[in-house]
Amino acid sequence: PNRMVIYSVYIVNRAGSLIYHYDHAANAPSTETTKTYDRHPIDLVFREGERLVVHFGDKEKIGLSVVKVNGEVVHGKILPSGQRILDYLAEPSNYPVRLQFAKPRLTSNERIMLGSMFHSLYAIAAKLSPVERSSGIEMLEAENFKLHCFQTLTGLKFLLLTDPRQSSGETLLRKFYEIYGDYALK
Amino acid sequence: FLSVEMTIYNLYIFDCNGTCLFYREWKRTKHMQMSNDEEMKLVYGMLHSLQSFVTRMSPVDAKDRFVSYRTSAYQLNFYETPTGLKFVLNTDLNVGDVLEILRDIHGKIYVDCVVRNPLSKQGEPIDSNLFSSQLNSFLSNLKIF
Repeated sequence: PNRMVIYSVYIVNRAGSLIYHYDHAANAPSTETTKTYDRHPIDLVFREGERLVVHFGDKEKIGLSVVKVNGEVVHGKILPSGQRILDYLAEPSNYPVRLQFAKPRLTSNERIMLGSMFHSLYAIAAKLSPVERSSGIEMLEAENFKLHCFQTLTGLKFLLLTDPRQSSGETLLRKFYEIYGDYALK
Repeated sequence: FLSVEMTIYNLYIFDCNGTCLFYREWKRTKHMQMSNDEEMKLVYGMLHSLQSFVTRMSPVDAKDRFVSYRTSAYQLNFYETPTGLKFVLNTDLNVGDVLEILRDIHGKIYVDCVVRNPLSKQGEPIDSNLFSSQLNSFLSNLKIF
């Protein structure tokens, strides 16, 4: 029997706002790596967002964020001591330094934004159709995951993130709609 | 032996700056109420957003790649070369592996007819009859699996 790997579920309302999100933590893969850097300067170029993201320098680490410095968890670009991480890394006397990189979990704000982004992309896809009477995006395929979308007659979207081998999440998404109707609405 | 015919609706080719280098339609029946320029910008903008969306949404990989999407009526297939050249092929839903087709359009037709053409200018729309005819014959030969 084929085991379906589900990563997460999102529900977006007809205005594009995220109203529900669920991460199936058991399936969330871990992409952490730790490396000790012996001397200044390190060979990585960082991009500053809400966190320090590796932009250039190490193929394995691109896109990952700094989550721990010398064993201490960091939540942004600042060390627990208050110093900026980049300033700490610029000082040769602080070496060797042990950095842990991982793909950080999305923040609530980021999820809301992604829900809204998909809502728009769904509509644009319907508009760009080369043939008449197309729906919006029902299935989006990336290299490492698939996103399935079921839109109800009232404009509510149920999104499902699965592994890339899943052919259709529609049956499951319809079931979610049933459960939503029974428990969330009534 | 069952042969399934794949229908190709249209093809867009963009360079790394967003300039539309090539557009051709075959079986497209619905057009939008906007000029060609506006449509190209919309498609390019949507692709850019889709790539950003996929990278951020990916539960597994920090540098995930957008491959394709399906609606009830068509499938949009995407391929980007390491040089930033973007190929977008809209087909019907009876498709097999479109990635190979897009790779061939780039590797076998674009490279031979455009890159190796001393008269073609980078950043400008493709002006080669050879490219158009090679593309047409390549796609016609594909339609029946």
